[in-house]
Amino acid sequence: MPKLVLYKDRCKGCALCTLACPKHLLEISTEINRQGYYVISLAAPGKCNGCGLCAEMCPDMAIEVWR
Amino acid sequence: MKPVFKRPKSLYDVPFHYCPGCHHGIAHRLIAEAIDALGIQERVVAVASIGCSVFLYDYFAVDVLEAPHGRAPAVGTGIKRARPESIVFTYQGDGDLAAIGLAETIHAANRGEQLAVFFINNTIYGMTGGQMAPTTLPGQKTTTTPLGRRVIGEGAPLKMAEMIAALKPPAFVARVAVNNSKSIFQAKKAVQQAFRIQVEGKGYAFVEFLSACPTNWKMTPCEANRHVSEALIPEFPLGIFKGDL
Repeated sequence: MPKLVLYKDRCKGCALCTLACPKHLLEISTEINRQGYYVISLAAPGKCNGCGLCAEMCPDMAIEVWR
Repeated sequence: MKPVFKRPKSLYDVPFHYCPGCHHGIAHRLIAEAIDALGIQERVVAVASIGCSVFLYDYFAVDVLEAPHGRAPAVGTGIKRARPESIVFTYQGDGDLAAIGLAETIHAANRGEQLAVFFINNTIYGMTGGQMAPTTLPGQKTTTTPLGRRVIGEGAPLKMAEMIAALKPPAFVARVAVNNSKSIFQAKKAVQQAFRIQVEGKGYAFVEFLSACPTNWKMTPCEANRHVSEALIPEFPLGIFKGDL
């Protein structure tokens, strides 16, 4: 199963990854990180196929993808 | 398990200081990936400009020099001529490259210097707080054009890629965007080509990135991302103006 590693302290909550995900699995959560931003979360980890488009889009490299 | 996406080696593992949704981070990463792909990290010398990207040396794991405002191509020329074995790139915004540094930019291109110039066009002065840049779109509101930029009076957007492509010596001129996955993959190819041209000693390469500035455009990151495709790309068409991939 593909693995998505979210570096939540790096996330600035810009939500560009939510636009990039072809399955719309990423969303902004209600969790606040050390920088004070609402961070992203993966809604249904089982549905992620590890395409890596979210990580390509993330300006802060807060996402790492393994497959 | 194999990594599908990992941080490139040529970028230090530190957080960027850029605003949420700023495309600088993507452009930095594409350049670092190209450096890794060509295996030239030891030879690269970057020249940073004045603007939001002034702290380039904190992020790139290569040698970096900080040039006076607009003078990055001149400094890059000196580095390349003194150390011909180095691979030199400059990273400049529109206030730097298209305004104060226009003379250096055009003349370095016209001399066909062995440089890769990366131009981040976000149509506004980012660091200084959103003043009009030479690339500001007609009608765009900035702090110095509160009623919108008028073409007669304040000028039309400067099209740098087209201007550079009109010169004879440059080997490669392209305009790319990084607002969706498809554009990012094309941008990645263009950046690699810009470096490859210099590795092969073919001359000057210029890559213009259309970039979002959510803070100074007064938009959310997602709105700014959409604004790139709806307003910027019609004004600044993407493509390769000189050379090929």
